[in-house]
Amino acid sequence: MREVKKSIPKKDSYGLIRGLPVYTDDLAPKDSLVMKVLRSPHAFARIKNIDTSEAEKMKGVHLVLTYKNVPRRVITRAGQGFPEPSPYDKFILDEYVRYVGDEVAAVVADNERIAEEALKKIKVEYEVLEPVLDFEKAEGHPSIIHPEKESFSQFNIGRDPKKNIAASYQMEIGDVDKLIKECEEDPDCVLVRERFYTQAQAHVMLEPHASYAYIDMAGRLVVVSSTQTPFHVRRQVAMVLDIPIKNVRVIKPRIGGGFGGKQALHGELLVSYAAWKLKKPVKLVYTRREVFEATYTRHPMRFDVTLGAKKDGTLKVIDFNVLSDTGAYGEHALTVLMVAGSKTLPLYNKVDGVRFRGKVVYTNHVPAGAYRGYGAIQGNFALESAMDILAEKLGMDPVELRLKNVIREGETSEIFKIMGEGREGVEMIIKSCKLEEAINRAAELAQWKKKRSKREKRESKARGIGFAVAMQGSGIANIDMGSAIIKLNDDGSFNLLVGATDLGTGSDTILAQIAAEAIGVSSDDIVVYSSDTDLTPFDTGAYASSTTYVSGNAVRLAGEKMRKLILKEGALKLGVSENEVEFDGRVIKTKEGSKSITLKELATILYYTENQKQLVADGSFVGPESPPPYAAAFAEVEVDTETGKVDVLKYTIVLDIGTPINPNLARIQAEGGVVQGIGMTLFEDVKYSKDGKLLTNNLMYYKVPSRLDVPELVVEFTESYEPTGPFGAKSVAEIGIDTPPAAIANAIYNAVGVRIKSLPITPEKVFFEMNK
Amino acid sequence: MKINLKINGVWKEVEIDPSDYLLDVLRREGYLSVKKGCDTGTCGACTVLRDGYPILSCATLAATCDGHEITTAEGIADEMEDYAKMLAGEGAEQCGFCSPGLMVMLYALKKEIENGKVKKTKEDIRRYLIGNLCRCTGYAGQERAIFRYLGVE
Ligand code: FES
Ligand code: FES
Repeated sequence: MREVKKSIPKKDSYGLIRGLPVYTDDLAPKDSLVMKVLRSPHAFARIKNIDTSEAEKMKGVHLVLTYKNVPRRVITRAGQGFPEPSPYDKFILDEYVRYVGDEVAAVVADNERIAEEALKKIKVEYEVLEPVLDFEKAEGHPSIIHPEKESFSQFNIGRDPKKNIAASYQMEIGDVDKLIKECEEDPDCVLVRERFYTQAQAHVMLEPHASYAYIDMAGRLVVVSSTQTPFHVRRQVAMVLDIPIKNVRVIKPRIGGGFGGKQALHGELLVSYAAWKLKKPVKLVYTRREVFEATYTRHPMRFDVTLGAKKDGTLKVIDFNVLSDTGAYGEHALTVLMVAGSKTLPLYNKVDGVRFRGKVVYTNHVPAGAYRGYGAIQGNFALESAMDILAEKLGMDPVELRLKNVIREGETSEIFKIMGEGREGVEMIIKSCKLEEAINRAAELAQWKKKRSKREKRESKARGIGFAVAMQGSGIANIDMGSAIIKLNDDGSFNLLVGATDLGTGSDTILAQIAAEAIGVSSDDIVVYSSDTDLTPFDTGAYASSTTYVSGNAVRLAGEKMRKLILKEGALKLGVSENEVEFDGRVIKTKEGSKSITLKELATILYYTENQKQLVADGSFVGPESPPPYAAAFAEVEVDTETGKVDVLKYTIVLDIGTPINPNLARIQAEGGVVQGIGMTLFEDVKYSKDGKLLTNNLMYYKVPSRLDVPELVVEFTESYEPTGPFGAKSVAEIGIDTPPAAIANAIYNAVGVRIKSLPITPEKVFFEMNK
Repeated sequence: MKINLKINGVWKEVEIDPSDYLLDVLRREGYLSVKKGCDTGTCGACTVLRDGYPILSCATLAATCDGHEITTAEGIADEMEDYAKMLAGEGAEQCGFCSPGLMVMLYALKKEIENGKVKKTKEDIRRYLIGNLCRCTGYAGQERAIFRYLGVE
């Protein structure tokens, strides 16, 4: 392998570091009209009356949109493949507003100032309704958040809007109740029953959501958006405007981070509708406050976990009962719930019985949606905390307990087949899994044995070390599709065109590396262009840790085809048969070495002089399975016993991501994931007032990790080779975020003997528990 | 009203509203390396230099900069080429949205270290750069590049 497993710089680094104008708002035409959105001050209300006449009269105002003058078409903004597993329960604008921040009206004006002035002139009379703000009381609450008749789901997702249930799911392997009962009665068995809570986390990608739209010379609509899913945006915009998909083009420029928050449509629909109506460019850039108040959070969840094990540490039974809060709309409701089980429970695949049940309820909170980890981080906190509790009850080393029970190469879990994302999954034998090696290596790097046995206490500080393992997936099997086109240029370089969406992750770069490896040339000779629905082939988008595995395989296939084309044309030119030639990346020559031609010469001839033709190859790929990456992590913490404050001193994580295509970029992904996970564990928390107003609506009230919150990070990769992945690769985007909540909670327990079962683990909680 | 700004070495007369923030004025004038990450002085993406010292342009009224010298990432990128290569070498610009602001801050920090105002230790460097948030990288990769660039062990 020459071009993969190589840390080349990102293809876009020159422009990004110098601050070239490459993001949506940088590129919007200077004469774009500006859109601003009037947002609901109430958590739940019906618009009794809305008077926009004063705003419309203002000089410089071009358009005012309310539910009265936009088409009433029910949609989901989730940004998933079709048919979506999320309910269609949202309108462009509606007479009901379902959370503080929900869209009431939109104004398009010459500039921001006029737009904001105009917003103030819109008079709205609300019928304020009783909001549902406690997700544990949402089911059957007298307030029904989605009373509308039009909402529906594309297939059965267990939705029951009359009871405020957005989705529900259950599956069972073996007779779990019976196994639990047996365990209870068996003196040789230990049972753990615990309840855990995870909170809403905000994405806080540094670039706020932004989009603009204009009409091109053919009268088509062009949407430029900071989106993770340009092809889904195209489909949904066409649907809402009721125009053919061919009349819409979506371009994703560079994006300033996404983490799942830009998987969904935020703003694109309004901007498209306005541009289409006005036939003028219109842009909408969210303020930071709007990003907090009116985009997405992570789904908060409650877990009731039961684990049963033999005294020797053999895990017998696992039961998960989950309640999830999807907020005002059911975006990703079912799938995030399912991932909380499907990407945690197979870790312990040798149990006799496992059950996963859950309900997702509507509340009048900011809608929850896709967020890196996507249920797995929530489930992992519950499962891996419970595993440590079990280890203690068994009197067993928590590492030994994991080693005894974790999944290994060549094994399977029935869950893979039963639980997909929103529907059935696919059977999968694990072909690459170095979790055991990762655990051992991480334990060694973190000095687990030494640090565990000696609990350090100095003055008011106590230290402890904790452990957790995790798994994720690589794309959604049988659903996510990526594709690629490679064309040869007349100087022997190549254009790689991919629908895949680089949201800062570096996927353009690693896809170029995969193309180069497959063709057998240098990645310097690959020019990448991505995410433009007119110019690049289809891709479901950047989510579910899919790009390296799914889009990467498509690129590999296209590259292999291109290599064949080069050999064929080279042989033709040299006047020999195809199997007599070889290509070393620069020169095509006969195997005995008598004749040769460089690729550059061949390309020039092909385009200008003889037998002229364009060499172009394509590839597309849908994952037959979703091979999990794995992680083993140790957190070392210091707890201030007087204040309860927790500092993470060192975080060691060893990951099995198959072949790291670009080890530097993979490492940064892992580090970034861990730090976001630490933020969620210790302080990040979306908070509301009693009447449902978001309190944490700026970066002063919502704290994300600063560079002083970062512990010493030790990141390593264990060598594994995933035979179904491109050059052995699996995914890396999400696995890094999954372990911190449980590893840190376990470390705190080991330091001061208190078990915090709800996130975030604030000093107050630790202090309170310590002084109980 | 009209103000005069010397932006990246060139004097310019700029038409502004008294309530305009420097960030919006700079972006309007085409200095698009200056990013709006939060608008409330809490992320560092809009960092520029005024007379050589870093300020948050989202929290600075443009009118107060009349007659002053403003430096944006565009103005120092060539000088910071070595650092840019080191950061790229680490792969530590992910989405890149924080990168220009951080580069401006680092430029200022280097001068402060040279003038003996800031100590060249990891801790002091971190403290100086604390206002430049990055949500993607977890900071560690950035710091590998920064420490190398500043020659800190
Ligand atoms: S935009 Fe100025 S600090 Fe965030
Ligand atoms: S690289 Fe994305 S915020 Fe720093």
